[in-house]
Amino acid sequence: MPGKSKVMERKPLTWAEKTYLPQVIGGLGVTFKNLMRKKVTMEYPEVKPPIPDRYRGQPALVKDPDGREKCVSCQLCEFVCPPKAITIQPGSIPDESDDIHVEKAPEEFEIDMLRCIYCGLCEEVCPEEAIFLQDIYSLNGLSREELKFKKAKLYEVGGIREDSHFKWKKKKEAEQKGNAAH
Amino acid sequence: MNLIELLITAACGLGAAIAIMSMAGLSVLAERKVCGALQGRLGPNRTTIPLLGDIPILGRMITRIGIFQLVADAAKFVFKEETIPGHVKKFYYHLAPIVVLIPALVPISVLPFGSLDGEPMILANVDIGMLVILAVSSLGVYGTVLAGWAANSKYPFLGGVRASAQMISYELAMGLAILPVFLWINQPGSDAALSLSSVVSFQETHWFVYLQPFTALLFLICLFAETNRAPFDMAESETDLVGGFHTEYGAFKFGMFFIGEYAHIVFGSALFVTLFLGGFNFLPMFASPWPAGVVGAVLSTLWFVVKVSGLIFFFIWIRWTLPRFRYDQVMTLGWKVLLPLSIVNLLVVMFILMAITPVNA
Repeated sequence: MPGKSKVMERKPLTWAEKTYLPQVIGGLGVTFKNLMRKKVTMEYPEVKPPIPDRYRGQPALVKDPDGREKCVSCQLCEFVCPPKAITIQPGSIPDESDDIHVEKAPEEFEIDMLRCIYCGLCEEVCPEEAIFLQDIYSLNGLSREELKFKKAKLYEVGGIREDSHFKWKKKKEAEQKGNAAH
Repeated sequence: MNLIELLITAACGLGAAIAIMSMAGLSVLAERKVCGALQGRLGPNRTTIPLLGDIPILGRMITRIGIFQLVADAAKFVFKEETIPGHVKKFYYHLAPIVVLIPALVPISVLPFGSLDGEPMILANVDIGMLVILAVSSLGVYGTVLAGWAANSKYPFLGGVRASAQMISYELAMGLAILPVFLWINQPGSDAALSLSSVVSFQETHWFVYLQPFTALLFLICLFAETNRAPFDMAESETDLVGGFHTEYGAFKFGMFFIGEYAHIVFGSALFVTLFLGGFNFLPMFASPWPAGVVGAVLSTLWFVVKVSGLIFFFIWIRWTLPRFRYDQVMTLGWKVLLPLSIVNLLVVMFILMAITPVNA
């Protein structure tokens, strides 16, 4: 960029600078100031780092505030998962259940945490908002089997998500009212 | 000398060796702690020993200071598998760490470290103390060169060669920086010779650090170079020589180099304190308040250790402040700057002494 650059004049060293000593003393001053500064070390296991809200940690299945399992085993997440970490066995909801109109629920839902790359595509693709990436970043296990998280474990981690969609509940109500609302 | 006396002398010698070794160990820890603090970190503070670390308050305190880290490091050096590369020259490979460590431990014997009833406490009060130190401590570089050569590979070899070149270059300036001190104490009518206890007793009122500040500076710079310490750590220079002379060493032998290096620093600090900072004397212009008897001896020794620790801190502080010199810069500084300056300094001190010494006859 012509006209913008500034040419710095390289001045010859003064006698004091040539002895190198004032610079050494200045440097010692700088490091001493750092010695007095507050330490920046975070002592990890005792002190945990703040995790931002949108952090992509371990994925887990969630239930709605009524305790209904939200996943309808559409298998979109299984399909979209880049490392193919998710395996779903679709199953049907038993006839005596209140949620029979939802029709499907996963019989088994498995995420291989050794494969998962925490990309969050499963969360993004889920039409039921049933899977969410948690703020859990420290996972470990003693065997490969242990790190294949099953449905029970995934619900245990995910718990209940406080949202107010109640999609299937409203659908049922609408059906019962004979679609009067629509 | 009968057997009892011999045993007592041997025990004292062993005690001094143990003292300097533990000081060396502690300065390794200090190095890590100070380095951490200078970089805004905490340094080692986790390692603990069951039971000892569980003592309420005190146990936690020493864990946080990192004393147990020292034990852990030492245990690691002892229990690590000893691998000897196939291409080394076996005999010299085994000899080198010993040749490095012993000269670092020996010269403490002529250094006065405390005062008992006004008499300096010293293992061997000889007239040629300074000469012994110069002679013995320079032997350490043979170990470095030997290690570099015996390793039979190029980087250690370069490290060894650099170490010897640096040693020769700075030895001259160092010797010339020590001479003015001994010129000063050997004024007519004095029988001080090269004894270090006379240097200390001479400094009861005035310290050489402000009587001869320039000499002290020259000596300090040479001391950094002689102890192979940053910014003069040419022999190790891990960025361009892998690990320098000890690249092919591991486990306990590396530990010996390591302890030898820090023992050099401890001894170098002790020597500087003795020559320029008044040894075990309290403060300049103040009479030493050490009471008679054992209490005074312990207090004066502790004061000496405090001074030495301060200087060790300075060594560490310098290391984490200044970048390493380039090899040619080290040589230029040694031959073209420090050597002429120390000669000029010697002459100036000589003329000053001529001017202030009363002429009799």
